[in-house]
Amino acid sequence: MRFLNWIRQIIAVTGMNLRNIPSRPGSSIVAMLGIAGVVAVLVAILSIGAGFEKTLAGTGSPDTAVVIRAGSSSELSSGIGSDDARIVSQAPGIATGETGVLASAELYVVVDVPKRSSGTDANVPLRGVQDTAFEVRRNLRIVEGRRFESGLREIIVGRGAAREFAGLDLGAEITWGSNQWTIVGIFEDNGSLAESEIWTDAPVLQDAYNRGSSFQTVRVRLESADAFSTFKDALTADSRLDVSVERENDFYAAQSGVLTNIVNVLGGSITFLMGLGAIFAAILTMYAAVSARTREIATLRALGFGGSPIVISVLIEALVLGILGGLAGGLVAYFGFNGFQTSTLNWASFSQVSFAFAVTLPLLVTGLVYAVLMGLFGGLLPSWKAARLPITTALREL
Amino acid sequence: MSESLVQVRGLTKIYKRGSERLTVLDNLDLDVARGDFVALMGPSGSGKTTLLNLIGGIDRPDSGSVQVGDRSIDQLSDRALAHWRSAHVGFVFQMFNLLPVLSAERNVELPLLLTGMSGSERRRRARTALSLVGLEDRASHKPAQLSGGQEQRVGIARAIVTDPELLLCDEPTGDLDRKSGDEILELLVALNESQGKTIIMVTHDPHAAERAKRTVHLDKGRLSMEAAA
Ligand SMILES: Nc1ncnc2c1ncn2[C@@H]1O[C@H](COP(=O)(O)OP(=O)(O)O)[C@@H](O)[C@H]1O
Ligand SMILES: [Mg+2]
Repeated sequence: MRFLNWIRQIIAVTGMNLRNIPSRPGSSIVAMLGIAGVVAVLVAILSIGAGFEKTLAGTGSPDTAVVIRAGSSSELSSGIGSDDARIVSQAPGIATGETGVLASAELYVVVDVPKRSSGTDANVPLRGVQDTAFEVRRNLRIVEGRRFESGLREIIVGRGAAREFAGLDLGAEITWGSNQWTIVGIFEDNGSLAESEIWTDAPVLQDAYNRGSSFQTVRVRLESADAFSTFKDALTADSRLDVSVERENDFYAAQSGVLTNIVNVLGGSITFLMGLGAIFAAILTMYAAVSARTREIATLRALGFGGSPIVISVLIEALVLGILGGLAGGLVAYFGFNGFQTSTLNWASFSQVSFAFAVTLPLLVTGLVYAVLMGLFGGLLPSWKAARLPITTALREL
Repeated sequence: MSESLVQVRGLTKIYKRGSERLTVLDNLDLDVARGDFVALMGPSGSGKTTLLNLIGGIDRPDSGSVQVGDRSIDQLSDRALAHWRSAHVGFVFQMFNLLPVLSAERNVELPLLLTGMSGSERRRRARTALSLVGLEDRASHKPAQLSGGQEQRVGIARAIVTDPELLLCDEPTGDLDRKSGDEILELLVALNESQGKTIIMVTHDPHAAERAKRTVHLDKGRLSMEAAA
């Protein structure tokens, strides 16, 4: 019964506090906006990492393997001669399709293209591929124009790259170094990393960049995801080769790790600092709320109300401000940033990746938890002050 | 008259302001009998509020004792003292001290939240208290919608809703015009006479003090008695 009384006191005092909020809308709104701002920024920043991860994860498939030179960490630093590429394509476990054995030897250079948004140059991968490449990546399809013709300086551009970079329009001509290229097609690949790339015929690229007959990677479609170990063991056992073999999804997941970590650390520290500011605003608001109610609190105490219901009710009020701010911030992040298209440097390949911010439910929950914590920290000192007000002096206040 | 309800013995209260020590109450004794209505007068700053707060258990003396009924309230812990206040004293404040967001009825109901009473019982008691002060038709009004005199009646209803024996009123008419003040005094006299409430009322208005059964004067930390009409 004593506990019930206590709960009843908390409810009564909290109800009065919350009904008091509209009488001081200014400071409450400032505190809520502060918290909302932090949550919006936090969720938006984390959604970069989530979107990037999603793009890279969507790129890889477990029944596709990527072969690069042993010891290189990315396609860019890898090199595979044409003889080695042929040996790889003869290994067991590779699927056969309409274009023959589904092994695609590819090379990869980086070209400078200005961003549409800022005009600053960014690195975009220009990939030379063989016919099999279109079958190894089963989701890839031309959505505008046509494929490049072999032997010609023609390129096709991924949907993301076309959107992010200036001049990559169908039918446009573009010059890199001493080579002039014609854009003949736009392709999509289910939002994968390939959509951030530009493709052309492998021999044409080898010629344009003096690569002789060498490649950088061989990408193979396996008979099944289970065939991976057969394929990998065969290549590792072959003394003529010095290569490393990974499933495509693992290969990209490892790449996303670098950027995701950077984004998360950055997001964490920015929002930590902003969070301190928001907590400060919440503290000031709650101090103002408490001092505006000094005489009311003292009256309640004189009537026999306990200190703890007062502490808890002030904390609840701060929590409500936090939750409202958190919800507002989450909504802003969702409607303002979810699906927002951008591109960034993929640190593993030193080229631009186009992707969309992904404001996911776990991120929104993270934001709300942050908001609740900010509210709690904001309410702690003021609630303590409220309970410790000496009744007699507080009663004298006007 | 019958035995004392309030027994104050050797009460001393000293405020320290910097290095200055201000002895507001100096070894003061006071007895208030059950059913008495005492007016407490004295110059401004003489310690009337301080004395009332000590008797009501919202302040602590530096020395001396305060006994109310059979309870030595200076011996109680803060928590026990709060509980004691909720059941045994009703406070009436000069500025009414109603909670602005609550209706008159909810204001009156507040002290009952500290009891185990059911919601409907609380509501019923609050209504009864409001009708005792003649405001049953203002139950749903917010304090801002009431006149000063009506606000003070709500304050009195809140003070009597738990049916305490002792009412402590600190200048209850100090903020009211003469007519409203007279009505409040009328009400206090009625509560004293028909409900048997023991009342200690601080006032510096001799006209108000006349309505009490007797008047005590506080000056320089000591009391001097004087019988009223
Ligand atoms: N918390 C306090 N600290 C210091 N001095 C105080 C405090 N409360 C009251 N006083 C002083 O004690 C004296 C008595 O105050 P009070 O009891 O309010 O007098 P009254 O009600 O008779 O006007 C005044 O001089 C007042 O300034
Ligand atoms: Mg006073």
